[in-house]
Amino acid sequence: MQAALSVAAIPMVGLPSLADAADYDIPADLPRYKGPQWLQPKLADALRNSALSTRETLAPYYHAITHNNFYEFGTDKRDPVRYAQKFKTDPWKVEISGEVARPGNYDLEDILAPHALEDRVYRLRCVEAWSMVIPWLGFPLADLIKRFEPTTKAKYVQFTTILDKEQMSEQRSSFGTIDWPYVEGLRMDEAMNPLTLMAVGMYGNALPPQNGAPLRLVVPWKYGFKSIKSIVRIHFSETMPETSWNITAPDEYGFYANVNPEVDHPRWTQATERRLPSGLLTPNIIDTLPFNGYADQVAHLYKGMDLTKWF
Amino acid sequence: MAPGERMGLLRWWLIFLLLLLPLGVLLEGLLTNDLGADPAKYIVKELGFWAICWLWLTLAVTPARKFLGWRWLTRYRRMFGLYTFFYAVLHLLAFATFLVGWRWDILLTELTKRPYIVVGSLALLLLLPLALTSTQGMQRRLGKRWKKLHTLIYPVSLLVLLHFVWQIRSDFLQQLIFAFLLAILLGYRLYLKRCS
Repeated sequence: MQAALSVAAIPMVGLPSLADAADYDIPADLPRYKGPQWLQPKLADALRNSALSTRETLAPYYHAITHNNFYEFGTDKRDPVRYAQKFKTDPWKVEISGEVARPGNYDLEDILAPHALEDRVYRLRCVEAWSMVIPWLGFPLADLIKRFEPTTKAKYVQFTTILDKEQMSEQRSSFGTIDWPYVEGLRMDEAMNPLTLMAVGMYGNALPPQNGAPLRLVVPWKYGFKSIKSIVRIHFSETMPETSWNITAPDEYGFYANVNPEVDHPRWTQATERRLPSGLLTPNIIDTLPFNGYADQVAHLYKGMDLTKWF
Repeated sequence: MAPGERMGLLRWWLIFLLLLLPLGVLLEGLLTNDLGADPAKYIVKELGFWAICWLWLTLAVTPARKFLGWRWLTRYRRMFGLYTFFYAVLHLLAFATFLVGWRWDILLTELTKRPYIVVGSLALLLLLPLALTSTQGMQRRLGKRWKKLHTLIYPVSLLVLLHFVWQIRSDFLQQLIFAFLLAILLGYRLYLKRCS
């Protein structure tokens, strides 16, 4: 497995021409993640949502599955692919709680049952100033939220990653600043935006464990850390929930964390990003766009807000 | 050549190659495309890491001699210092080339907006006169002032530690270890000064 991942030549993946999710070019020596049996037909039936997909060049599969920030498995970019392979993602339960008419502890299969999957190609901009273009398989978070009927008091949604010290070494570490489990949150209108995706797959297959299997959030206009992985709890509340990086360093990471070239991280600039893969002698440096290029779809959510204050 | 001399020469080459090894491993990884999805970042980080290691090693020579009686180590202090400078220069060049692509506008923002880069650059700048005056000739010429000039290594080591600590995101074990080691290396000297 380790040898398979350190493959020498990784061919560039072109944009699939068809709306068929099975068409991704995955090198034969790289692992594919099939997911549980019940998920496979859903993944196979996913259709490309062209309207919401970028036509930029995809990150090669190898890059997407070996370059991850999933601190629960270690803080090096290659730690997750090294240490998450045996992570148990099936069976999986998700607790729906708080201000909803139908709270409960549901099997992931039941959570997913009524939703058809879409294939969406999104830009992913990490707060560390690198980015990739990833084809996700998922469904709008809004569709899920509606099913559980949030009450009028539900103003925010909080997500929680699994707490599992046995399987996640960094959760046992005494030398980290994050208080586990990892939590993230969205304002209700952000959660209901059509761009906000609950992902269960990528590159036509199930999510690899290092990418947040079996269920993760994808919010493409926010820095990557908002897109929480391996979700076990979705909680609706009236007040703004705590979020992990905001607790850890409130002056560096805000609740909103919208991609914004105008507002620098206190320790580095956010004006540009390195789009991966990036050549050594010709680094692929591009200008970072407001809301990661999704301003048309989401800028209205923040009308009248001072985004230097609400960063 | 006397057998003792030959052993000394062998040891010199062994140590010389040992400190070159991390660079060799990096090059091997580069050639076999085994540095991950973001080789640029990886190379910059590794070069910086080893520069710190060699700086700490340079600082360990005197305590090792006085504490463990390793007098032979003193012969290699210049080599350690120059290796520190060499890796630090490569670290900067890799940063400017692989991460910034020598785009002056970005270099300028990095140098003004990233405090840890300012601190790192300052440390490298202060290392420059030390590298330039590292020859025996310069040592003779500068006499007493040489020793004074080379005490710059102490503030440099503190700047380097700050450069390293300032990049902590969550996990701080490495920085903790290096801070602990530096506290011993510098604390030992303070202790000696007090006793004398």
